[in-house]
Amino acid sequence: MKFGVVTFPGSNCDYDAYAAVRHVMKEEVEFLWHKSEDLGGSDVVILPGGFSYGDYLRAGAIARFSPIVRQVIRFARSGGIVIGICNGFQILTECGLLPGALMRNAHLRFCCKHVYLRVENNATRFTQACAKGEILKIPIAHGDGNYYHFSEEIGKLEDNGQVVFRYVDQDGNMTPEANPNGSVNNIAGIMNVEGNVLGMMPHPERAVEQILGSTNGLKLLASVRDSVSSPALAG
Amino acid sequence: MSNSQKAVVYVRLKDGVLDPQGVTIHKALAQMGYEDFISVRSGRFFELEIKADSSDIDQKINEICSKLLANPVIEEYSVEKLQ
Repeated sequence: MKFGVVTFPGSNCDYDAYAAVRHVMKEEVEFLWHKSEDLGGSDVVILPGGFSYGDYLRAGAIARFSPIVRQVIRFARSGGIVIGICNGFQILTECGLLPGALMRNAHLRFCCKHVYLRVENNATRFTQACAKGEILKIPIAHGDGNYYHFSEEIGKLEDNGQVVFRYVDQDGNMTPEANPNGSVNNIAGIMNVEGNVLGMMPHPERAVEQILGSTNGLKLLASVRDSVSSPALAG
Repeated sequence: MSNSQKAVVYVRLKDGVLDPQGVTIHKALAQMGYEDFISVRSGRFFELEIKADSSDIDQKINEICSKLLANPVIEEYSVEKLQ
């Protein structure tokens, strides 16, 4: 199977994602340039973190109209697997593949630290290697990660099991203190109704080796890999 | 310049959407001693210089506002045409 990692001007986690797939998971991976209209036969496309187009206007607002994202939208709408991490999540909400919006952190500060996530739904292709309620230690690094949507839309996300990850404390409790950015219901990651598009603010690709402080991110990447390699497992 | 028209687009967060920047500015005003201001909402504006012979320009401005300049999930916009 093959991963594709999109590089925009201003992406800065594209090499991290590439290294996690290539050097840690030993899977095939290719960089996809933002001006390209070819996904290179990728089974999974990763929109990485960073500051695409300088975060001008709103984070992800300009990237949405790049040639590669037009192809990513087409790919996703036909069932292709897409993962947006941090800036990639912002792009996915801007282009409408995921609902809601990511606003400035409520405290206005850029926040860079390890956080704890609770797996709210493990019946997904992104989390099938996790237990339900499992606590993952994964870093965040963002200034615009405050997930927002109208309350009735949040209700739908919750009812549909589209909330995949929530910020919690080390013991798994959903507290205001564990919420690093003001996100509604401590939401850290969501997927679309169809279950083929995931967006999350935390960086699983930065938690793939013990020297990085955690290997929990590998579970997510391995889940996706296995969902393609052994489709029977896919949720 | 006489061959162009101008419009200004104002983009602001919808009522009810928390504006942390506005809140912070409001706190700063209070710290500076200005107690007169009940609240502050921040926003941004865009000056558009438009070809004089453009057709359907109102519709096009609305399109660019909803597609790019504003995020309809959290923001609203208004347009002011200038001569």
